[in-house]
Amino acid sequence: MTDKILAVLAEHGRLPVSPDSLGDGDDLYAAGMTSHASISVMLGLEDAFDVEFPDRMLTREVFSSIASIRAALDELAEAA
Amino acid sequence: MAASALDVPQATGSQGEFREKLVAEGLLLPSSVPGVTGQGPAFVALRHRLDRAIDRLLANEGAVAMEFPPIEPRHDMESVGYLTSFPQLAGSVFAFHGEEAEALQLGEKAHAHQDWSGHLQAAGLVMVPAACHPVYPALAHVGVPAGGVTVDTGPAWVFRHEPSDDPSRLVAFHMRELVRAGSPDTVGAWRDDWRDRALEFLQSLGLPAAFDEANDPFFGRSGKVLARSQRAQKLKFEILVPVGGDNPTAVASFNAHSDHFASVFSLGADVHTACLGFGIERCVLALLFTHGLSFDDWPADVRAALS
Repeated sequence: MTDKILAVLAEHGRLPVSPDSLGDGDDLYAAGMTSHASISVMLGLEDAFDVEFPDRMLTREVFSSIASIRAALDELAEAA
Repeated sequence: MAASALDVPQATGSQGEFREKLVAEGLLLPSSVPGVTGQGPAFVALRHRLDRAIDRLLANEGAVAMEFPPIEPRHDMESVGYLTSFPQLAGSVFAFHGEEAEALQLGEKAHAHQDWSGHLQAAGLVMVPAACHPVYPALAHVGVPAGGVTVDTGPAWVFRHEPSDDPSRLVAFHMRELVRAGSPDTVGAWRDDWRDRALEFLQSLGLPAAFDEANDPFFGRSGKVLARSQRAQKLKFEILVPVGGDNPTAVASFNAHSDHFASVFSLGADVHTACLGFGIERCVLALLFTHGLSFDDWPADVRAALS
């Protein structure tokens, strides 16, 4: 799952560094991801994992690190 | 033909009744399209009174005047991400580039009120959606001085495609903005200072104005992330006044952009920007709603403040 998240970040995150170089809990916004890039990441994740984030997950925090994205996707997978 | 009621956000509370009174008194001059509203002489006079009061409010600000037309290069709107955030509000100019035979078809369709948009092509121009937008590329051109700069746009026409029966929600209206560009700490302090000053100013006009945290109407599900992010970071404040609706109406807003515009237009390594905007028509409507439709009957101190 993490590899797939990294691929989405590489394609949509418009980060100045390679997502592979980031730690699991590193703040993606601090690493240079803009708010606009974060919504591309959100839509990219929905596409890649064939999920739809529910309203309560549409927050800045959910897309703020690889770990927080994985936790949200885990929760959706468990609920499915 | 007027858009049907289904196409238009309905007025809430006493907004519809208020609009009818404004029209009956000749303050507003309605068109066949909701939100596209002319202004009669008494309304224009009030707008000018308010502008002069804002001039006095800004007397010691040292703001630099910059004025722009209500259209801007499409490229600038694309660069700042407006079409990601607010595609539903944007206005784009399309123009005819064809030959005479096609012009004839266009003319015939237009005369019959049929769809002639297929004959047009994007003209590279968009409607300015906020008075501050043209300021940033202009600052890139003239440079931001070491101590920062404050720009006064004057009352500028802006466009938001959100037709409504609410008299306070216009498709085109005047927005007067102050834009501050400078170091991050001075820009933050400037915005907080002006939030208090603008609130005091509006209260001095007898308006029951209150301040609140806010977010912009970002488009779609993904827009929720932007809206919540904006609130969580306290990037936007508004000053709200009851203008007849179920909820109070924002008449001024304060926005912190961090380095968003500064990085898009290369304003400098350590430059942040912020802006404060007065919705001029909304301020006038709030005054009319609060004090009544005739300026001569308003409280003496309010009339003096708007002399």
